[in-house]
Amino acid sequence: MMPIEHLARALMWIAAIFTVVFLMTPLFVTVAVSFGSSSVFTLPPPDWSVRWYERLAVSRGLWPSLLTSVQVAAFSTAVALALGTLCAIALVRGRFRGRDAIATFLISPLMLPGLVVGIAMLQGFKVAGLREAYTSLLFAHVIITLPYVVRTVLAALSLFDFSLIDAARTLGCSYLVAILRVLVPALGPAFLTSGMFAFLASMDNYPISIFFTDAWTKTLPIQMLQYVEENPDPTIAAISSGLVVLAILALVIGDRLVGLRKLADF
Amino acid sequence: MRAWRDPVALLAVPAVAYLLLLYALPLAWLLMKSMIGPAGLTLQPYLDFFVDPFNWRVVWNTLSVAFWVTLVCLLVGYPAAFALARAGAALQIAMLVAIILPLSVGVVVKAFAWQIVLRRDGVVSQVLVALQVWDEPQRLLFTEAGLVLGAANIFLPFMILPIYSVVKLIDPRLLEAGATLGAAPLYRFFNILLPLTLPGVVSGVAFVFSMSVSMYVIPSLLIGDRFQTLSTLTGRSFLFMRNEQLGSTTAVILLTLAVSVVVASGWLARRLGERT
Repeated sequence: MMPIEHLARALMWIAAIFTVVFLMTPLFVTVAVSFGSSSVFTLPPPDWSVRWYERLAVSRGLWPSLLTSVQVAAFSTAVALALGTLCAIALVRGRFRGRDAIATFLISPLMLPGLVVGIAMLQGFKVAGLREAYTSLLFAHVIITLPYVVRTVLAALSLFDFSLIDAARTLGCSYLVAILRVLVPALGPAFLTSGMFAFLASMDNYPISIFFTDAWTKTLPIQMLQYVEENPDPTIAAISSGLVVLAILALVIGDRLVGLRKLADF
Repeated sequence: MRAWRDPVALLAVPAVAYLLLLYALPLAWLLMKSMIGPAGLTLQPYLDFFVDPFNWRVVWNTLSVAFWVTLVCLLVGYPAAFALARAGAALQIAMLVAIILPLSVGVVVKAFAWQIVLRRDGVVSQVLVALQVWDEPQRLLFTEAGLVLGAANIFLPFMILPIYSVVKLIDPRLLEAGATLGAAPLYRFFNILLPLTLPGVVSGVAFVFSMSVSMYVIPSLLIGDRFQTLSTLTGRSFLFMRNEQLGSTTAVILLTLAVSVVVASGWLARRLGERT
């Protein structure tokens, strides 16, 4: 090998190691700070302690907002799974014009600035007379979750061999039973992974939620950012570590269902 | 066949109707309202906006931060994507975990962590002093360099994954063939590898650039109010200043920027697709 090839190879491995360390840094720092005794984020921590978790347990702002976030995420994911799956079936099975355009349209909320989408919806909801923060959040978050479901279920459906359903019917299944026993199990992993990532996206959303909060209704990221700005202490690191654990759980489940490499498909 | 003749098409109606009503219509309304003055159709808000030198500064801030974030992501992400495609099982799993895991952790969590990392006594400062790059600890938090570093960290997966998706399809024998035919390493890179990976680079750059242009939480936490971007100005004018006119104007400019990046990258990707 020539020197330049060695150089290229070395560069590649340095970039690889750097990437792993760089990307994991915020997660490690969060967890380390949450178990430290220091209230000013000293790293490495002078001593280990669970005091921030104790403080988190009695926090009066964070738990209600966590509950709000979970409710909104669960509702919007369920609606997105229903609407998204029906639409994906139409796009894969239908023979009408503009299917690509519809697919792009449904995924487009992912590509536009969340803040702009939030402002547009805020004004739209006002015109429609919807002023209640919680209901607005439920409606708005479907726009966040739907693209995830459409993207993944569409990809899974286009790989599904629909003649299997005909085969099941030939073997004596009714149409409904054929769908339940052939199509649904084949799509199971796509449902679960897309639902899971849609749920997390809704839980994490800040730029759209910020326009649909009031003094009583706040989602977790809104409440967390407010907390960071008002009284920054590692209590936020403690709840963040909880969210990191949730992400690890999602990754493990995703790995079991479809495999890490499939999750990395773009 | 027409849409209404194909009954399967009806299944798409609920989702499309929902998005039209709650998303497309409000966006169109926002666009229209920003261009309608007391005397009918007008571009006056935009003219007013661009007369003010402060607003030029805001646009410049937005674009220059997005440029630097994209550049850092590309420089790290391009070789990293190759490493991901070529790595052995253990390193590949480590890389995949490091890339996918942060994607499911919220941006508030990561930006908060970077507030800690970028402090004077933070990890970056400690490492740079230990490597003798810096003589004494420095604070990167609330500086533009800190913002670029934090944002590049959060968006890096969106650069690596699209490039990886094209790199893993490249047949390694192509390079061997090139070598056998006597092509020098640099020639092989510029004439074989680079053209084959360009579609991935285009979509990675488009993702990272448009996300950097529209980021809101990251600058709020890592640089604060003294450095305004289109996105933070939009948020502030709605949430704090109650200046909806200014907010709508900047929102539409932001939207135009984001849409042009998507459209331009789509066009480029198609051109590149036709060529190969």
